[in-house]
Amino acid sequence: MRPLDPRLVSSTRSVRVHLVVTVVCGAALTGLILLQAWLLARVISGAAAGGVGAGGVAAAVGAVAVLALARAALSHGAETAALRSAARVKSELRRRLVAHVTGPAADPVTTDAGELATLATRGLDAMDDYIARYLPQLVLAVAVPVAVLVVVARADWISALVIALTLPLIPVFMALIGWHTQDRTRRQWRLLERLGGHFLDVVEGLPTLAIFRRARAEAELIRRATDDHRRATMGTLRVAFLSAFVLELLATIAVALVAVEVGLRLLYGQLDLETALLVLILAPEAYLPLREVGARFHASMEGVAAAERVFAVLDGPGGPAPVPARPAVPADAPEIRLHGVGLTYPGRSEPALAGLDLVLRPGTTTLVTGPSGAGKTTLLSLLLRFAEPDTGTITVTGRDGTRIRLADVPPDAWRRRLAWVPQRPYLFDASVADNIRLGAPDATDEHVEAAARLAEAHDMITALPHGFATRLGERGTRLSAGQRQRIALARAFLRVAEAPDTIVVLDEPTAHLDPENAALVRAGVARLLQRRTGVIVAHDAGWSDLADDIVELRTGRITELVGR
Amino acid sequence: MTADPLLRMLGLARPRGARFALGVLAGAIATASAVALLAAAAWLIATAATHPTLTALSVAIVATRALGITRGIARYLERLVTHDAALRTLADVRVQVYARLARTEPIRRFRSGDLVTRLVGDTDATQDLLIRGLTPPLAALVAGAGVVVLSTVVFVPGGIVLAAGLLLGGLAVPLAAAAAGRGPGRRRTAATSALSTALVDTLHGAPDLVAYGAMPAAVARIDRADAELSRVARRDAGLLGLGAGVSALVAGLTLWATLLLGVTAVGDLGTVSLAVLVLTALAAFEIVAPLPAAAARLGAVRASGARLFDVLDTPPAVHVRAAGVVPADPGLHVRDLRVRYAPTEPWVLDGVDLDVGPGKRVAVVGPSGAGKSTLADVLLRFRDPDAGTLALDGVDLTSQEPYDTRATISGVPQDPHIFTGTVAANLRLARPDATDTDLRDVLRRVGMASTTLDDEVGAHGTRLSGGMRQRLALARALLADPRILVLDEPTTHLDPTTARAVLDDLLAATAGRSMILVTHDLTGLDQVDEVVVLRDGRVEQRGTDAQLRDRPGWYATATLRAR
Repeated sequence: MRPLDPRLVSSTRSVRVHLVVTVVCGAALTGLILLQAWLLARVISGAAAGGVGAGGVAAAVGAVAVLALARAALSHGAETAALRSAARVKSELRRRLVAHVTGPAADPVTTDAGELATLATRGLDAMDDYIARYLPQLVLAVAVPVAVLVVVARADWISALVIALTLPLIPVFMALIGWHTQDRTRRQWRLLERLGGHFLDVVEGLPTLAIFRRARAEAELIRRATDDHRRATMGTLRVAFLSAFVLELLATIAVALVAVEVGLRLLYGQLDLETALLVLILAPEAYLPLREVGARFHASMEGVAAAERVFAVLDGPGGPAPVPARPAVPADAPEIRLHGVGLTYPGRSEPALAGLDLVLRPGTTTLVTGPSGAGKTTLLSLLLRFAEPDTGTITVTGRDGTRIRLADVPPDAWRRRLAWVPQRPYLFDASVADNIRLGAPDATDEHVEAAARLAEAHDMITALPHGFATRLGERGTRLSAGQRQRIALARAFLRVAEAPDTIVVLDEPTAHLDPENAALVRAGVARLLQRRTGVIVAHDAGWSDLADDIVELRTGRITELVGR
Repeated sequence: MTADPLLRMLGLARPRGARFALGVLAGAIATASAVALLAAAAWLIATAATHPTLTALSVAIVATRALGITRGIARYLERLVTHDAALRTLADVRVQVYARLARTEPIRRFRSGDLVTRLVGDTDATQDLLIRGLTPPLAALVAGAGVVVLSTVVFVPGGIVLAAGLLLGGLAVPLAAAAAGRGPGRRRTAATSALSTALVDTLHGAPDLVAYGAMPAAVARIDRADAELSRVARRDAGLLGLGAGVSALVAGLTLWATLLLGVTAVGDLGTVSLAVLVLTALAAFEIVAPLPAAAARLGAVRASGARLFDVLDTPPAVHVRAAGVVPADPGLHVRDLRVRYAPTEPWVLDGVDLDVGPGKRVAVVGPSGAGKSTLADVLLRFRDPDAGTLALDGVDLTSQEPYDTRATISGVPQDPHIFTGTVAANLRLARPDATDTDLRDVLRRVGMASTTLDDEVGAHGTRLSGGMRQRLALARALLADPRILVLDEPTTHLDPTTARAVLDDLLAATAGRSMILVTHDLTGLDQVDEVVVLRDGRVEQRGTDAQLRDRPGWYATATLRAR
């Protein structure tokens, strides 16, 4: 993994600004460190030579105080600027991520929402350490040793040689150890993950263990697994800590060597006290930033990994949709025809749909049945334009009566003609009325209530504590599955009220519902489908009395077409 | 038991005290030797400037070289020893947490998997506290004390200044910074959770939003939440940066004060002591460097500890009682069973009677919220009845340890857990001594004949389909071979076709044994001996499937609607 991802620098403006600020602060801080060392050496040697009164000693002591204030102010400023930069960088990446995954070209069905939400919040928080702590240290790790070397070289070239020889050894040794142990470490981390997961598995499965009277026996297994975990971890750590060991060892040995060498040359009069002190004070400073970088390496790599995951998502499908070259406008109540339509999802070998021919006649209801995996959901995705077919075409009647390709109709314009009731409708943490208004934000309260009545949801809603103004809580948890389904129906009714020719798309409307709710939903669905083009997708033929055409899908192809 | 959760967490580490003490000692040696190295070097150089003989310097030369090596070694030792001790403590804590959970089973009360994950994370936070929160401050204390003693020996005012500086920089500033960071932390958490909710809402609801053209409004909501989070972070950056600034200020001013005092007294002190004093003060602040980070974490670790002990302090849900008067007939007999979740809440079960004679199969049905699963929980002894009796063959079950009860009553709980491992390992949970032939036999009975025993099922059984997971759980329950089999919603989360197939296999496999089937699914119930309809915690109807279909009531209406 690279310490600085070039894509992050080239694509994110706030990172570039941050780098400039960091380099400036780093240079200033380096200057202050050198200045302080010089002042200390001067005061001590001056005091040795002539006491307090000696030339400039008092002034130099005063300067140390000024320096302390300046260093404090600079530290505060640099830290504040770094934290602000981190917030800006995260926001910039997050916005790009959101724009990409919510863009028309992304498939909303296959997106892993939980993982993306975690990446956009906690995942990106790992960038804090990287941006605000690691990058500034990286700058100092380059600037300070070079500056120290230059100053020491002018004062005492032998010490400079010792530092110059040991300093590069640190990254070399660390790389060697890391390279040598990489495979082994990776193997062991996998083992660790498995052992770490065991405890979670056992705790989650506790009721099951209890039922089979295994709960007590398992305590011994936990002890054994955790002990295995410890042994494996220690095995990894013994090696992982080696790089830190080499770093610390080299840094202190070099300082010791410099001190002894300077001391001896001083003894033989080859050096004066001020120079010797300056070299001694500066020598540890050369190694300090490297140690800090080493200490922050792991935490910051999480930040780099998070950035890489963001870029991986940005490379995936998403963003703005290709605009059709000649946007076409369909008729008010179009006939929809599928000609040999097929779709294979990326990464799958088996097509989800293949060679499907189907006609959805205006003003009639088509029931599509079939077992799980037959491609029913894929068919709906194509109709809703969540995905486009890779083979075959879908055509619809155009405004002038000719046939036009559905792909030439802009997706947004097409979806405005659809009312969709999914199998598991998603309700938002907003009021019931706003949830119904999803597709028609400007609908009046009267219209919302009328839609709820048609969807058999009105009585249920008015029984809630605040009626239509009741907030539904996260994911609509306040309501049962049947109640949620009726709210989704009300959404569809509201859309239908605005455009009477709306095409109704229903996905297993009563699966997972108890009999009472199923009956209510069914009544609403029957009302919704009257005189409209409709598609119902369901496992079995339970909806056949509402359908004009019945079609059975088997592994992506129609096997049976039953006219009613 | 109102002790600070941090102290209680540290208390968990007491059995490993000797190892931690060794770690603290090694840590103190590591940091102190870095300071001592500079002090020795300062003495060496300042003395060399007076041009003594080489022998006068030899001790300092050896000491300097030795100190150059001790630091790395001591640090390496410290890290190994403390990690080892912390991991050993983690094993203790995990076993303790697990043993406690196994006794009280509050896990049933969590329901959400998220909380279980958090509990496991909280358990593992003890490791973090011990490695980053316990050893560094103690090591700093020991090393700091040593360095202050050295300074005081050289020059008393210098020692006092250094002690004050270290206390300020190592204790006051980190604690103050952590306290000052609490407000920003809260604001940030609130803004992050608002953003997270907006994100999750939008991404989970993406199909609905896209289909209804509401995506731009949802993205605008995310952008607003994002802007608020960035605004909070930028506004609080200054406050959070204060810690770094003040730490640098304390270190700088301590150095300055030491220098001032030393230079003023240089006549009495001599150059050598002045050099030692100043360079010691310069190096000493490395001792307290790790403390601000440790202090900043304490809040999070304390919260983890509070949650952890909250679970550990939960009283058991099931108590063994004195045996009451119960029917002496063979079979399972429930009389006037009443359960509620709190004294102020309505009864979830309000006087339920249930009889399962030897070899009889009874289905408990009813609308959601009727108390079906609570009944299953009581039968499986996950919860005590608040009133009423529970008897098997004339023995009051509430007078038995749940462990003993489950030898005779067992089954499939709601959302049965499938463990990471093989099919065989999951089955053998129920009967460790079962032979491969037994396992294959039971798999055949539940319609899994084509499954290989050595197949890995993945975490939570994700490599199996939903239907296969339920079948495996059923096979496990059959293998346990209890007197009374309790199945809580074995077909939930399955599509109707799969649910029907699982139910058919289930009914075929349980023919002739005592069983209680709790379900919301009304198909196939013509094969059970009795159907009991629960509504609002009471038995509304009971009879065979055919009888109930003919009788006006919930069952007839519901079966008609379900068709």
